[in-house]
Amino acid sequence: MKFGTEIVFLGLFAFGALVAAGFGVDEPFRQHMWVLFFAVAGFNAMLMRNTDFKPAVPIDPAAYMDGPIRYGAIATVFWGVVGMLVGVVIALQLAFPHLNIEPWFNFGRLRPLHTSGVIFAFGGNALLCTSMYVVQRTSRARLFGGNLAWFVFWGYQLFIVMAATGYLLGITEGREYAEPEWYVDIWLTIVWVAYLILFLGTILKRKEPHIYVANWFYLSFIITIAMLHVVNNLSMPVSFLGSKSYSAFSGVQDALTQWWYGHNAVGFFLTAGFLGMMYYFVPKQANRPVYSYRLSIIHFWALIFLYIWAGPHHLHYTALPDWAQTLGMVFSIMLWMPSWGGMINGLMTLSGAWDKLRTDPIIRMMVAAVAFYGMSTFEGPIMSIKTVNSLSHYTDWTIGHVHSGALGWVGMISFGAIYYMVPKLWNRERIYSLRLVAWHFWLATLGIVVYAAVMWVSGIMQGLMWREYDEQGFLVYSFAETVAAIHPYYVMRAAGGAMYLAGMLIMAWNITMTIRGYRREEDPMPGSIAALQPARSGARKWA
Amino acid sequence: MDYNLMREFADSCGLLGMVLFFAGCVAFALRPGGHSQAHEAAHIPFKDD
Repeated sequence: MKFGTEIVFLGLFAFGALVAAGFGVDEPFRQHMWVLFFAVAGFNAMLMRNTDFKPAVPIDPAAYMDGPIRYGAIATVFWGVVGMLVGVVIALQLAFPHLNIEPWFNFGRLRPLHTSGVIFAFGGNALLCTSMYVVQRTSRARLFGGNLAWFVFWGYQLFIVMAATGYLLGITEGREYAEPEWYVDIWLTIVWVAYLILFLGTILKRKEPHIYVANWFYLSFIITIAMLHVVNNLSMPVSFLGSKSYSAFSGVQDALTQWWYGHNAVGFFLTAGFLGMMYYFVPKQANRPVYSYRLSIIHFWALIFLYIWAGPHHLHYTALPDWAQTLGMVFSIMLWMPSWGGMINGLMTLSGAWDKLRTDPIIRMMVAAVAFYGMSTFEGPIMSIKTVNSLSHYTDWTIGHVHSGALGWVGMISFGAIYYMVPKLWNRERIYSLRLVAWHFWLATLGIVVYAAVMWVSGIMQGLMWREYDEQGFLVYSFAETVAAIHPYYVMRAAGGAMYLAGMLIMAWNITMTIRGYRREEDPMPGSIAALQPARSGARKWA
Repeated sequence: MDYNLMREFADSCGLLGMVLFFAGCVAFALRPGGHSQAHEAAHIPFKDD
């Protein structure tokens, strides 16, 4: 019987959720368990409708397993729309506080929904599906472990649903980018270990003797996130049927653990994983190998060795000892080198094919991503310098920096990879419309530029207003005055975000039409058809 | 367990070990004769689809 064991286990899981909903010690936990019950029971009902008693069709062990990757590509686009929509909503809430709707939809609850939505739901699904795509094709082996890939995919979606609904119900650990409470953390640990086994197993059964560099980056991302997640979430629940837990660390140790996690979530989730994407999809789309393979190896080791120490730069001028702050700052500055080495490697892959920038909006997207990677990894080390940080910290400058990295680098490279992958996964000759990709590119790029520029202005203004003293030593501005001063920038920021979201909606339409098998009749991109070249008078002729 | 762990690690042979390992990785990547192998590895994505 198809899905026999799965249905039994999911039935027991749903029953467990129902029991927890009944016996939970606090109201948010009971509500959350009802969510879990309906999610698992609904999924189980879907499995039961798709089961049958026919003997299983034998699987060709040589063929790639692309089912979970197709689902992952769709999930990436779906969560991208959701996460970015919530982003625009909270940007508007900051500008117009009346949009805060209590209790579920106020800024405090929607903000983690936005950050987790774009980082873990959109970015996470992009990493999940591209890593499964890349590891099979560069190892020339089918994914390891039969249905394990399906467990990883659906298990991760359940994590997203539980995390997102938990935030709206007010369940949070209050740790940035690690807000889910202990029981959701345990579930993610199980899924993540399964993901590690899936990825490592596929590499171990590879037919290609060398492990391609993209897989090194993906593997380092999976292993490091496992370590970061487990250590940062060491906590003791108040009750095993309650939603509250307390961290194993206290005071500044807790802060350091959190930012060791937080910065490496940026370094390994948002950087190493997406660099794996860059090292496969940029060469594929440009149809030429990476500029320097040896540079990519050095890029890898340098990044791994330096990133892990940079976290304390989030805690400048706090109770953290001075030496630890300086350590974080120095390592952040050293990170400049591997980051720019990687950027140069990505950009130079196009050397000799720069004309593709004009004719291929997908490569344009990838190149813009790598350029934004370079820009935000230039800005980051500057902001980690203590004197700069004393101006930039706690202001909108930080928000602008994060978004130039997240929208520019992470978003654009994922869009490029999805645009490349989807026609291949569904056996389409090309994407539905290349011109819509160009529209997406320009909306996204202009959106980021508006967003980042506005945040620079408002952030630096904010920082300068906060530190302004008069000749008697009194602060010149009250906090409320700085809030009033940045209002116009908040409105402009929402407009930049809305442009980026509009690009994402165009992508969702483009991908949907590609999957459904349509192809838009349109003029080719200018320059993509070679024009006849008039003979140049000075050209040398060879006999 | 506190942040002094990090300091003790850096003061001991941990730092030296990591630096040597890193230098070894770079030296191995740049070893003479590694060029052709790197060239081959760079073409792995083009072997398939």
